[in-house]
Amino acid sequence: MRSTKLNGNSKIIAKSFNLFYGEFQALKNINVEIPQNAITSIIGPSGCGKSTFLRSINRMNELIPGVRVDGDILLDNEDIFAQDVVELRKRVGMVFQRPNPFPKSIFDNVAYGPRAHGLKNKVLLEEIVERSLTAAALWDEVKDILSRSGLALSGGQQQRLCIARALAVEPQVILMDEPASALDPIATLKIEELIQNLKKEYTIVIVTHNMQQAARASDYTMVFNMNPDRSGYIIEYGKTTQVFTNPREKITEDYISGRFG
Amino acid sequence: MNQPLTKQRELIRLKKTSREFKNKRRRFSQTIAFAIIWTLGITAIALLIWIIGYVFIKGFPTINLEFLTTRPAGGFDGEGGISTTIVTTIYLVVFTIILAAPLGIGAAIYFIEYANEIKNRNRFAAWLIKTARTGVEILAGVPSIIFGLFGFAVFVSYMKLGFSLLSAGLSGACLVLPVIIRTTEEALLAVPESYREGSLGLGATKWQTVTGVVLPAALPGIVTGIVLSVGRIISETAIFWVTLGGSYRLPQNLMSSGRSLALHVYMLATETRAFDKAMGTSAILIVIIMILNLAINVSSKYFQKRLIGK
Amino acid sequence: MPRETLDSKLTQIQNEIFLLGSMVEQAILDATNTLKTRDLKEAHRIYEEDAIINEKRYALENAIIILLATQQPFARDLRLLAAMLLVVNELERMADYAKGIAKININLGNSDIDIPVRDFQKMAEQSVSMLHRGLTAFIEQNPNLAAAIPKEDDLVDEMYTKIYHNTIQYAIANPSHMDEANDILWIAHNLERFADRITNICERTIFITTGELMEMSSNDDEEYLAE
Repeated sequence: MRSTKLNGNSKIIAKSFNLFYGEFQALKNINVEIPQNAITSIIGPSGCGKSTFLRSINRMNELIPGVRVDGDILLDNEDIFAQDVVELRKRVGMVFQRPNPFPKSIFDNVAYGPRAHGLKNKVLLEEIVERSLTAAALWDEVKDILSRSGLALSGGQQQRLCIARALAVEPQVILMDEPASALDPIATLKIEELIQNLKKEYTIVIVTHNMQQAARASDYTMVFNMNPDRSGYIIEYGKTTQVFTNPREKITEDYISGRFG
Repeated sequence: MNQPLTKQRELIRLKKTSREFKNKRRRFSQTIAFAIIWTLGITAIALLIWIIGYVFIKGFPTINLEFLTTRPAGGFDGEGGISTTIVTTIYLVVFTIILAAPLGIGAAIYFIEYANEIKNRNRFAAWLIKTARTGVEILAGVPSIIFGLFGFAVFVSYMKLGFSLLSAGLSGACLVLPVIIRTTEEALLAVPESYREGSLGLGATKWQTVTGVVLPAALPGIVTGIVLSVGRIISETAIFWVTLGGSYRLPQNLMSSGRSLALHVYMLATETRAFDKAMGTSAILIVIIMILNLAINVSSKYFQKRLIGK
Repeated sequence: MPRETLDSKLTQIQNEIFLLGSMVEQAILDATNTLKTRDLKEAHRIYEEDAIINEKRYALENAIIILLATQQPFARDLRLLAAMLLVVNELERMADYAKGIAKININLGNSDIDIPVRDFQKMAEQSVSMLHRGLTAFIEQNPNLAAAIPKEDDLVDEMYTKIYHNTIQYAIANPSHMDEANDILWIAHNLERFADRITNICERTIFITTGELMEMSSNDDEEYLAE
């Protein structure tokens, strides 16, 4: 798959990236450039390594014993494996599939990241919490109940809380692993709108199983597929408008029109 | 289809009665089962009430302010009260927990949160960890008298600590350590992995994750383990019999000997005629245990409410 | 198994489009033939039956929109449905031309003007042949077959030019029959536009397969560019 510069600003570059779970190769020869200040969606059949690739970008895969990587992933042209992982995760935030607010107050949830990074000043913390909750389109709903537990919110609100929590750390990249799959349709649309607003300041990469969501909510789309040996690779990558109206590869065409298999 | 109508009606009627019969039989066996279960349940409760009731009835008459505030005076008639024993019990519990809790919780944190990384890299360390965990499992089931004998041999005799709070505390710590480790491990394992992922994803270090998210979430379980240990310490006799001694004086320092409530009951019952005082002391013990249980329930509910959201 | 519903409905609509095409073909042939027979009752019938074609067009459009809403198609399926919408529209406009010819026929009434029926019939037959092949290419999604058809529009254009010149000359020579001459021009115009629209259908057929929309040039464009 040729690696093409899409809008001139590549925030994240993967070069000949491979990932192994012990003996099993999960990702094979991934070459892709993810542009800055845009939303890139990752789609593809189950088990093709989409989440695995996403989690490689902030090195969350290292939590799994026996994981081995080969090749490079660059953030702003710096090798992510050569830097401190804690520093990396300050710049690359993550939102997970099931909302996972901590069993703490809403305020403490959002303030958790900055506090972990050493910020103690109460005034600053309050500022950051308000700013992040506003950016996550949640401030109006919770500004009077900041001391209530994060778990007391609805599913959609919890996910926005998790987004606010990620934003509070002021990352440059936000990775989202099927962020709306556990939510109802209205909450899903709210999250999609939120993402559209966020892309002005952040680079967003989102894994999704929902083709319509990828078509609606992203600027670029990356399509994963499985090799015969069950390793994942990227079969096609381009502007969302092109991938969904006139894809280059037949496998992409079959997948997005639901004629797989 | 050419069967006369009456024959058809006959068949339907038979089917209906057979179904009714089966239903009746099912209801009957259900009733029998309920009756048996109820009987067993009531018997168990009745037994419990009988024991506690007997102790209370026999013991309450001897309980008064004097009883609680005078020290035991020894003698065949079991003179005096139980004031020093209450204090000694408190000292014993506090000291044992101070020794065992940090050690036990720390060990559990290591096993659950950190050991995984070492396990994959160093085979010897992996073996060591596995052995340690098996050891904890085994020790959790060892009878307390063995800890008592161990304490006697090592702390009282060999280290010449004598019968003292120190020896008793050390032995008691050995006794409850496996329990604390096990319950803390369970509590830590019950914390969803998603919390850890969430924390690490925000750029927190592992230690920050443990103290900031995992421990607070595991707190209810850890507290339960500690409270259970407290209950154990209060109830134990054999182990303290051989490490604490039997002095009914107020302990002055860690090297002092002393007598816990449970020990006092034993001594009253075996060395004196004051059976009623033994009952009284037992009643106090039971009340303390009840209060402890209440504390567990209340704090548990409190923590649950905090976790889910006020 | 996947997308069986979508595929069967797509096939259904394609067949209906083919049927609509046959109705249009029949209409233009009938309209042109009645110019020869001057059967005004037949002309009326052709005029009124256009309503049936319109109804069918709207039913098809509705079916397509429903498929778009319920099946959320992408890529080729989407292009196909978009192309179908346009083709159905073109066919309806083409039927309108046939209706227009029938109307002119009625207006000409008892006129004794010499209608170049033979030429009109040739134009109609050529157009119908193009339409039939064009729709076949569309149904089969055969871009090669579709690409060969637009050129034949030149034949129709030539016939139109000939009729045009002849009619103008006749009009100049017989100014009293100016109105009728104008009507003749209109019939020719309708037939010429009828053929033009077939090119649009062919462009859409190619779009389905390649995803690219392009103008298929005919001699008109080349002449224009040459000037």
